[in-house]
Amino acid sequence: MTRPRGTLIRHSTVTRINHWITALCFVLLVLSGLSMFHPMLFFLSQLFGDGQWTRAAHPWIGTVLFISYVGLVVQSWRENLWTRDDFAWMMAIDRVIANKEEGVPEVGRFNAGQKFVFWSMTLLVPVLFSTGLVIWEVYMGSVTSIPTQRMAVLIHSLAAIAAILVWITHVYAAIWIRGSVRAMTQGYVTPGWAWRHHRKWFRRLVQAGSRGPTVETRHETR
Amino acid sequence: MSDLMSQNYIRISATTLTPPSTRRHEDQVAKLIDTSRCIGCKACQSACMEWNNLRPEMGRFEGSYDNPSDLSPSVWTLMRFSEVEDEKGKLEWLIRKDGCMHCEDPGCLKACPAPGAIVQYANGIVDFISENCIGCGYCVKGCPFDIPRISKADHKSYKCTLCSDRVAVGLEPACVKACPTGAIMFGAKTDMQDWAGERIEDLKSRGFENAGLYDPPGVSGTHVMYVLHHADQPSKYAGLPDRPRISPTVRLWKSVVKPLSVLGIGLAVLAGFFHWIVAGPNEVQHEDETNADELIKAKEKAT
Repeated sequence: MTRPRGTLIRHSTVTRINHWITALCFVLLVLSGLSMFHPMLFFLSQLFGDGQWTRAAHPWIGTVLFISYVGLVVQSWRENLWTRDDFAWMMAIDRVIANKEEGVPEVGRFNAGQKFVFWSMTLLVPVLFSTGLVIWEVYMGSVTSIPTQRMAVLIHSLAAIAAILVWITHVYAAIWIRGSVRAMTQGYVTPGWAWRHHRKWFRRLVQAGSRGPTVETRHETR
Repeated sequence: MSDLMSQNYIRISATTLTPPSTRRHEDQVAKLIDTSRCIGCKACQSACMEWNNLRPEMGRFEGSYDNPSDLSPSVWTLMRFSEVEDEKGKLEWLIRKDGCMHCEDPGCLKACPAPGAIVQYANGIVDFISENCIGCGYCVKGCPFDIPRISKADHKSYKCTLCSDRVAVGLEPACVKACPTGAIMFGAKTDMQDWAGERIEDLKSRGFENAGLYDPPGVSGTHVMYVLHHADQPSKYAGLPDRPRISPTVRLWKSVVKPLSVLGIGLAVLAGFFHWIVAGPNEVQHEDETNADELIKAKEKAT
């Protein structure tokens, strides 16, 4: 990957691959899941061949997403731990939303909104995976009782809707904060981007003389 | 049968459209199963297999007269035998022909996500249209009677059709045709209710004071009804539900969560769009780069 001189690494190659496997699975799960959720969206099952293919593919894609998401959790749980600063940032969320960021507390590698997305998904993905297993008709159809399956399918749909709402927030934030998409595709951000959005992270990298994504990361050239 | 009878649909699974509603003059049909006249001969099971070309795999003896031991994709009706003692310690052998009840308000149809995979005809029969079935198993969760079974071979759901193909051409269901004692009757639902009334009167005169008709109001009545000697305790008959209804969990999922969620997702997308045209994108400014550069230079100078 060629990156302009002086830019910072926001996400490592491993993280980016891991993220996009998760993202691809998530999009496919939303399309196939919604086709089985509301009649108006049943046409989405055509993207997978037909209804039978959609029904058969959905749980397998879910399994891949679950494993993939575990990888993301392992890589980034530590930097998503909630701190006192995050409350202060949340208190100033109205200024963030209005693009008037003067006076908003400086944030580290992730802000409270990003942490919210991370922890919401960390809760919802295992809920979706476990309830999904219960209603995986082909293999698990007769393992649990029918009342259990009824409850599982209700929780599965509620968790799915919650996950879709979190995902819409996540995608919109990436579009809204210019430079974020490149951070997850090509992996780099400019120092100005880091100064504007993650100043505390930026200060730490400069202090340590690191190019990112974390102060511990060692790079051959700088 | 699906295409030939499409104007007879009064309910269609997973559709937001109004089903064909011009034909409104058809009589509601019903099958009446009189448990007090059943001798447990299983002729109905054989007739069902014969007419529908079903041959379940050979099972194992499970210590009961129930044979096969449960409904399956190729067992659409099944005699269930219960040995129960009444309050006086007298043994009763209760036999019930189990199978789809053809609910007026079918839980399977409510739960089904595949358009047109489950339909209800104007005569009340609930039918599975296999070509539209996706094998998700939601009908199993929707059914208050534990009837539908998903085939492991073709991943489609199966149950009694009430011989909709025979009924459509004016014949009675195969099980009715085969019953040697008249324990299974078929006709207009009102006629069956009248006939059941006579049977119940007779049973009461013979000491079964709780005899009655099983036509549960929780599912708005059924198109398969039972005459029971103990209508006050349906569960005595191999666990026939006392007060069947579509589970509140299924109703919450299908009637509340489903429409609200689609609305919520739409609103979230709209909220994002309007934020974009009101607040707009958050772009890095020239002074951000300048400030960043100054910090880096200050650090380089210090070292």
